[in-house]
Amino acid sequence: MSELRRAAAVAVAIARKDATSELHGRQAAGSTLFFAALVLLLFGFALGPDSQRLTDAAPGLLWLAIVFGGLLTVSRLHQLEADDGALEQLALYPVDRRAVYAGKALAGAAAMLVLGGLLLPVVAILYAIPIGAAWLPLLAAVVLGAIGFAAVGTAYAGLTVRLRAREVMLPLLMLPIVAPLLLAAVKATGASLSGDPLGELGSWLQLLAAFDVIMLVVGAGTYGYLLED
Amino acid sequence: MKTRALGFVALAAVIAAAIYGLFVVPADLNQGDAQRIMYVHVASAWLAYASFGVTALAGIGYLWRRDLRFDAVALAGAEVGVMFTAFAIWGGMMWGKPVWGVYWQWEDPRLTTTALLLALYVGYLLLRRLPDDPARRAARAAAVDIPIVHFSVLWWRGLHQGPTIGDPSKILNPSAPLLFVAALMAMVAAFTLVWWYLMIRRYELARVEWQIEEHGRLGRITAARRAVAAATSEEPAG
Repeated sequence: MSELRRAAAVAVAIARKDATSELHGRQAAGSTLFFAALVLLLFGFALGPDSQRLTDAAPGLLWLAIVFGGLLTVSRLHQLEADDGALEQLALYPVDRRAVYAGKALAGAAAMLVLGGLLLPVVAILYAIPIGAAWLPLLAAVVLGAIGFAAVGTAYAGLTVRLRAREVMLPLLMLPIVAPLLLAAVKATGASLSGDPLGELGSWLQLLAAFDVIMLVVGAGTYGYLLED
Repeated sequence: MKTRALGFVALAAVIAAAIYGLFVVPADLNQGDAQRIMYVHVASAWLAYASFGVTALAGIGYLWRRDLRFDAVALAGAEVGVMFTAFAIWGGMMWGKPVWGVYWQWEDPRLTTTALLLALYVGYLLLRRLPDDPARRAARAAAVDIPIVHFSVLWWRGLHQGPTIGDPSKILNPSAPLLFVAALMAMVAAFTLVWWYLMIRRYELARVEWQIEEHGRLGRITAARRAVAAATSEEPAG
């Protein structure tokens, strides 16, 4: 039990450290958000001014913007440490690697949640969709999506941060893995926006939750090997 | 020598199975000649999954034993698997155009998930190509590969309930004459021989590549040592 509590303390400490450095270097998080909002604006141009088409496509576009912004977010979480030469210390801490992973994933999920939460109103304004009525299921989808993306992203960013071609390797390795997450999140978002006429919202949220659990377990198991070198 | 014999046998088997599937077996009543693509398509798909299974087992084996021979097997599986996956998708598209009217049928979950699987393994191979220490590269590749395989199993279990080898209901009518089944089985057997041959060859090549790499590294180390020795021995004299 004390073992578990110790691991939790480690995880929270790492997450808090990341959150602190993120809040202090505010411009990085801010520019990621701005980039994602810009993507949403560009989708509007790409699909033309037909408001019905934009409304129909809104859930997919929202999640694509979250994915693009999320790639930058998760890579930054390890990049800060690599730039300062602190990655070796992180790997050498005499604590369970799974606790390190949990801390990193927690920080990543928090950052993703902020990103997703702030993009929702942007989508609501740009694509004229009412999010007020369905805020609870939307929030659930964003929270579950953020956890899953961070769970995958933490493991892969830990892997790619030391590679020379990391800018391209991270999306290349990660995007196919998060494709099921994207699908489920888009379906859940679409279902909550349309008032869930088919009663499928619950099963998509369940799928998201299952994805999160699996990826957290797999990520925690492999992170130690990735940090090893 | 044995491997070369296997290669010739495999080639002969593919030619024989192709002649049988193309000229002996009659065309399907509904799909016409397009149905013949299925013999190749199913055989490729089956070997694609066999390859990725081998890669996953070899990855686990490497993390367990830390033996680079496992890594060579993993590489062979991934590379041969990518080839067969691409071939399966290509064959499916060639079949889909006359039968479904489109190359890419978005409503077929098997096509879309197989395309994702192809992307995953292309990423895996690209990761492996980055220059690195062999042991580190092997550990990294294994750590990446295992979640991938987990996922592909999940997709195949979750999204499609069907038999492991292809989907006979789609290819053959329930009352499929034995002739069609025989053509399919012949092609699967022939492709499996080819697969064996390619796996062995790729494994051997990976071992040779590793030896060259190792040789180069040793050469650089000896050269550096010699240079240092030369410099230090000259110093007192000069």
